[in-house]
Amino acid sequence: MDGAAVRLGGRTIWKDVDLTIGAGEYVALLGPNGAGKSTLLKAVLGVQPLSAGTVTVLGRRVRRGNDAIGYLPQRRWFDPDLRVRGIDLVRLGLDGSHWGLPLRRRRDWRRRVDDVIDLVGAGAYAHRSIGELSGGEQQRLLIAQALVTGASVLLLDEPLESLDLNNQQAISGLVRRVCREQGVTVLLVAHDVNPVLPHLDQVVYVARTRALSGRPADVIRTDTLTSLYEAPVEVLRTSDGRLLVVGQQETMSFHPQG
Amino acid sequence: MTSAASLLGELFEFHFMQNALLTGTVVAVLAGAVGYFVVLRGQSFAAHTLSQVGFPGAAAGVLVHASPLAGLLVFCVGAALGIGFAGRGLDAGRRDESAVVGTILAFSLGLGLLFARLYAGSVQGIYAFLFGTILGISDSATATTAALAAVCLVVLTAIARPLLFASIDPDVAQARGVPVRALSIAFLVLVAVAVAQTVQIVGTLLIFALLIAPAAAAQQVTSRPWVGLGLSVVLSLAFTWVGLTVAYFSIYPVGFFITTLAFGCYLMLRLLREARRRVLA
Repeated sequence: MDGAAVRLGGRTIWKDVDLTIGAGEYVALLGPNGAGKSTLLKAVLGVQPLSAGTVTVLGRRVRRGNDAIGYLPQRRWFDPDLRVRGIDLVRLGLDGSHWGLPLRRRRDWRRRVDDVIDLVGAGAYAHRSIGELSGGEQQRLLIAQALVTGASVLLLDEPLESLDLNNQQAISGLVRRVCREQGVTVLLVAHDVNPVLPHLDQVVYVARTRALSGRPADVIRTDTLTSLYEAPVEVLRTSDGRLLVVGQQETMSFHPQG
Repeated sequence: MTSAASLLGELFEFHFMQNALLTGTVVAVLAGAVGYFVVLRGQSFAAHTLSQVGFPGAAAGVLVHASPLAGLLVFCVGAALGIGFAGRGLDAGRRDESAVVGTILAFSLGLGLLFARLYAGSVQGIYAFLFGTILGISDSATATTAALAAVCLVVLTAIARPLLFASIDPDVAQARGVPVRALSIAFLVLVAVAVAQTVQIVGTLLIFALLIAPAAAAQQVTSRPWVGLGLSVVLSLAFTWVGLTVAYFSIYPVGFFITTLAFGCYLMLRLLREARRRVLA
């Protein structure tokens, strides 16, 4: 991103954003509610027009419908009555933007769908209605959907939100595996940074119309976080050397938004 | 056996029955296919309103000495565009849309009241709009319906896959380059045209028998999208054919038989699914 800015409804969301993310990096996008984290993700996706600057992904200006980018929007649960199978949802990620009916049986496409479902470990329930599945199961299938085009960049908007602790760890482990083993660049918006913190290569902070980036150890510090959130935040180091971010209850438990 | 065959042969003897079966068939296919997406998108209320708008539409068509179908099309498509452009869709969910739909519904019923008065007491004509006139469809109306339905089916086939994507997963569909908003407006117009045609068969009041019930029943049976779409069409055809046949040999109206079949089938499949779920659980 080079000098990028976004204005929405006359308000500057962020401006002068310069960011470089290397291929295969695992990057978290952090910041207070409403700071424009999701907007930044959408700008990288090409859905959100910029008011200034440019965004380049894999050497090209961004545009909608890019097969190289997989996207998982901010939490959406499927209606329990939605009668569509998980595997259909994954398949739509591959060919859903094509016109006409899928009349020709594309064996290679079917294999890609099966492969990516195996990769996320959703084989056991991919043929059930998506609405009947648990949050963690739905999330795995949605990550499969984001990966199915052979994406080399994965944009995840709060993928751990409203999951229980086990599923948070499982999904965060899955994302790390995809990043390390498949060489996929991951840009992840997190509300709670702790589950992903040990794996990150880079942290991007969005706050007060600015975005700063750096290595986790440089940015995740009590003084930087406190000034970014404009509220007391403390960074602790556990006995095995992991960092842990602790904020005041009322500042850290807002409902997820942007 | 021979008597059954000759009885069925009798069905096709009269010209009005030929027209009824032909129109019924094309409309059933269209309603079944469009209805699948209506149910999937949770737009039953919009579809209901479009059918109610058909009532003043058909009355206006007759009042200005055009055909009822012309009036139906103008009013239904107009209402569809209104709902499509006023509803913000995507982010706002269906809440905003349902308020717009409700307002349009009230206005259309008011217009219906006015036109019924202007009709100067022709109860027969009003009855026809409310409950359909399948047994009295002219050759030209049959031809127009078939042509319109063919166009609708071609359009629906073309947009089916992105529409499915946009219906269940609009955010990702948008990111993948699907024109989500344009599709949602185009789809409402398709519903409007399908409704305008279905009104001729079962009337504005019983529209759900062909537009919603087959699709809802199909989705009780399968969660495979394309199988569900096909099954919805098959059920819609079955309700129409059986309804027309039974009605021919009885003194009771077609609309009653079609809706009863649709209701019975939906209820049975729903109970079966509940029972199976309980056994599995």
